Amino acid sequence: MKSNLQKVLESGAFVVTGELGPPKSAEREKIEHHAKILKGYVDAVNLTDNQTAIVRASSIACGKIVLDMGLEPTIQITCRDRNRIGIQSDVLGAAALGIKNMLCIQGDHASFGNEPQAKNVNDLDSINLIATLKKMRDEQTLLGGDKLEAPIDIFIGAVANPFADPFEYRVYRLAQKVAAGADFIQTQAIFDMERFERWMEKVRELGLHKKVPILAGIIPLKSLGAARYMKNNVSGMIVPDHIIDRLKAAPDKKEEGVKIAVEMIQHLKTVEGVAGVHIMAVAWEEIVPEIVERAGLLPRPQLA
Amino acid sequence: MIVAQRKPLAEIIKAVEPFEKILVLGCGECVTVCMAGGDKEARETALALSLARRKAGKPVQVKSHTVERQCEFEYLEAARKLVEEADVVVSLACGVGVQTMNMHFAEKQTLPGLNTTFMGYPAEQGVWLENCLGCGNCVLEETMGICPIARCSKSMLNGPCGGSQNGKCEVSKDLDCAWHLIVERMLKFNKLDDLMKIRPPKDWSTSHHGGPRKMIREDVKL
Ligand code: SF4
Ligand code: SF4
Repeated sequence: MKSNLQKVLESGAFVVTGELGPPKSAEREKIEHHAKILKGYVDAVNLTDNQTAIVRASSIACGKIVLDMGLEPTIQITCRDRNRIGIQSDVLGAAALGIKNMLCIQGDHASFGNEPQAKNVNDLDSINLIATLKKMRDEQTLLGGDKLEAPIDIFIGAVANPFADPFEYRVYRLAQKVAAGADFIQTQAIFDMERFERWMEKVRELGLHKKVPILAGIIPLKSLGAARYMKNNVSGMIVPDHIIDRLKAAPDKKEEGVKIAVEMIQHLKTVEGVAGVHIMAVAWEEIVPEIVERAGLLPRPQLA
Repeated sequence: MIVAQRKPLAEIIKAVEPFEKILVLGCGECVTVCMAGGDKEARETALALSLARRKAGKPVQVKSHTVERQCEFEYLEAARKLVEEADVVVSLACGVGVQTMNMHFAEKQTLPGLNTTFMGYPAEQGVWLENCLGCGNCVLEETMGICPIARCSKSMLNGPCGGSQNGKCEVSKDLDCAWHLIVERMLKFNKLDDLMKIRPPKDWSTSHHGGPRKMIREDVKL
């Protein structure tokens, strides 16, 4: 059975995915609260996997919680914390729980997080992680060669960052991820639309947009401080000055942040090869319904 | 070479507290070149220990000596007399030398005076950089002579992560992104195909992850 995300993508509708950060606790209510806000406004929701190397409730466990509420999860799997034994075991476990969408990422270095003395595992890299999941699904085989006793049903995601360097390599990296087996792509949050469009141009030149649906990343800016923080402290992100200036000049920062996000989504809808948006409003989940509505993306398709 | 750095003096002073006769033993190889544990550093450390103990009102006899190579048993004999006279040895060799000392002079304790940091090279005066992890299966021919295992913070085999910006690694602006360098070199040498190739997961069993390694060469065994 296909995941909802896969079905909406295949229907050709402009997809909307969201993101939830699991709590730094075992408070199930927190996940449920945010899931309730997003339900009906996104086609699937990412549960981050110890994002920025900060210990949080597990992506799979929280994925199961939202799944039980009727919201489709996309779990994230980083290469940082588990070796191929742990990862393949998690994939089987998550699939057994009914989780289908799995996003393969390398993971921020542990030095960023709250356990900076941790060993960084990185047994696999993100491209090999994608290939591993594909092998498990398409060949029913583990990386080491053992056969799985039954097929698994998963939908493999990968990330792309047009804002990382070297810029000319970034589109080739996407090609590598597609070749490795990515079924869908979510990009880093876009603030520098000009650079994103230059990247998309290359994506189209290589015909990659025809091979894989690309969901463009959006982070609604809640404050000037948040924008500045991302500009200066988040690796692999570009926040141009004109965005900072625009927020600075605005009397109502939150409203301006929403406006920027809505304008960006409306523009992205016109960019050839962009199949949807991935809205990462972690710690500002309650704004997602408004953004989705104002961007003209409601109602979300209900597919059987 | 093996790069090392002397432990903080306070740490060494504390470690030798129970002892009255101390030998500081340098090594004439890598640690001499990286100015951590050669003859000069052995003398300086001995002097510093002696002064510290005198100040503390517990004077002690400290001698220093340097052998040509501490990591091989045959060179250690040259220090036998001094070792036997001492209560304890502070080795200014890398961790390998400290251990050969403990094996060869098993009746005596040899303590580490250095922190062995990495295998690397002097990039400029006073600056050393790590560039090999001894993974047991070298991939340098595939990565334009730049090691992604030691020099990429995530030991990635297939290109730079999303944190690479302006040629620097996400871990520190003082650190070059190894994959940025590899990509640039591949493009310069027109090796786009190599860049696009997907290298399978690394077999870590040849590295330390396979357990402590042992190498046997029948052709040179006696
Ligand atoms: S690939 Fe392995 S052996 Fe070669 S330089 Fe890197 S760590 Fe050393
Ligand atoms: S920024 Fe470059 S060196 Fe640092 S972890 Fe990423 S790919 Fe490796």
